[in-house]
Amino acid sequence: MPTKVLIPSPLRGYTEKQETLLLEGESIDELLLQLTTKYPALKKHLFSEDGQLRKFVNVYVNDEDIRHLQKEQTRVSPKDVVSIIPSIAGGKR
Amino acid sequence: MKRNDDTQVDVQLSREEIRRYGRHLLMPEVGLEGQKKLKASSVLLVGAGGLGSPLGLYLAAAGLGRIGIVDFDVVDSSNLQRQILHSSEDVGKPKLQSARKRIQGINPDVEVATYETRLTSENALEILQEFDVIVDGTDNFPTRYLVNDACVLLGKPNVYGSIFRFDGQASVFYAREGPCYRCLYPEPPPAGLVPSCAEGGVLGVLPGIVGTIQANETIKVLLGIGEPLVGRLLLFDALKMQFRELKLRKNLSCQMCGEHPTITHLIDYEAFCGINPPPTDDERSGEFEMTVEELKKRLDEKNDVFVLDVREPHEYEIVNLGGHLIPLNDLPARVHELDSSREIVVHCHHGPRSQRATEFLVQLGFKKVKNLMGGIDEWAAKIDQSMVRY
Ligand SMILES: [Zn+2]
Repeated sequence: MPTKVLIPSPLRGYTEKQETLLLEGESIDELLLQLTTKYPALKKHLFSEDGQLRKFVNVYVNDEDIRHLQKEQTRVSPKDVVSIIPSIAGGKR
Repeated sequence: MKRNDDTQVDVQLSREEIRRYGRHLLMPEVGLEGQKKLKASSVLLVGAGGLGSPLGLYLAAAGLGRIGIVDFDVVDSSNLQRQILHSSEDVGKPKLQSARKRIQGINPDVEVATYETRLTSENALEILQEFDVIVDGTDNFPTRYLVNDACVLLGKPNVYGSIFRFDGQASVFYAREGPCYRCLYPEPPPAGLVPSCAEGGVLGVLPGIVGTIQANETIKVLLGIGEPLVGRLLLFDALKMQFRELKLRKNLSCQMCGEHPTITHLIDYEAFCGINPPPTDDERSGEFEMTVEELKKRLDEKNDVFVLDVREPHEYEIVNLGGHLIPLNDLPARVHELDSSREIVVHCHHGPRSQRATEFLVQLGFKKVKNLMGGIDEWAAKIDQSMVRY
């Protein structure tokens, strides 16, 4: 059973404009691997050169930040919704 | 959240003020004491743009004692789609001027303090310390980190809002009671990786919605009522008309507000965000760049020049130079459409996207590729004034 992954609008240009993807995987690691295999251009936006999740990209399982769970090893089930939340800066101009 | 609660406020409301704020006074959560607190309070708006506009209007109407505004821009006609502090007649004038006029038009009792400057590491602490609550309505990462760090150092609440296209975020970062912005995002994205509103666009109503949420949170923080967005990140999707909420926790190893902070004074935020100082004229006449005048000359002389437009199709529809359209994001997949033996001039709207495209092509081994400096907007301004600008 796949898990729902929500793609934020700044990154939808790399997922053929799709905002909700259904991906197979039992952990965040597995889901993100599937995601970047399917959409390789996303990789440099999510991971730094050394393969670490970038520090301006947060991943949530439901409403909890994975940094406060088991990070990329956090387990997911089909009931969960995974959100990728990058920082945005707009406001004034 | 407790602010001012225990201290008796020694300001009085006049008969006129009691009439004006009657609808606040009717609610026990505000009441006479609350309204006096608002009159005794001060709020600093960092930015008088999209978010700062509704904030300025509602905070003035609510009867704040003092509103400070930091901004150094002049009003541009492209601001009027969303920046409702400013009017058509204000185009070309400083934003602070129209902001002051609108705020005092709504409520002449509000004291308006204006700072016509860029907020910097040198002046931030001095300016921010004059205010009870700081509201972040900026448009760039260096200023957001600067506002956050200065608020943590001064122990002040930072009412945060951010927008992009149809998406909004809001929170209250108050390190004394919860996480700060660095707990959420320890580092900014490298310059150029994330598009700005100027590149990506923004729905005009969106800053109205997010800015009024910030105004709401500001008033709650000042009054010490309700449950401010401390430790919560509110996400708003204007297309779906959906609000979501994520938990934010204090990061115990946060460099700014954690158990052992390593940042104890303001730093160089431009460098922190990977923004290099603007190139000098010498550096600018670089190998991989071309001015609009130069391109005009080449085209007039019928030189072989291939114009590559890396904007989006809907932008091409507004105005174009007849170039070959490959949106920046599609470039890696469509690079085979280009002939590396020809001279290629890449352009976008203002230059940042074509700069990235140029760097990408150079990495692939293209030798005769040049970035059109200032983009199609510069061309419309300097070469062909009959073209529309957007
Ligand atoms: Zn922090």
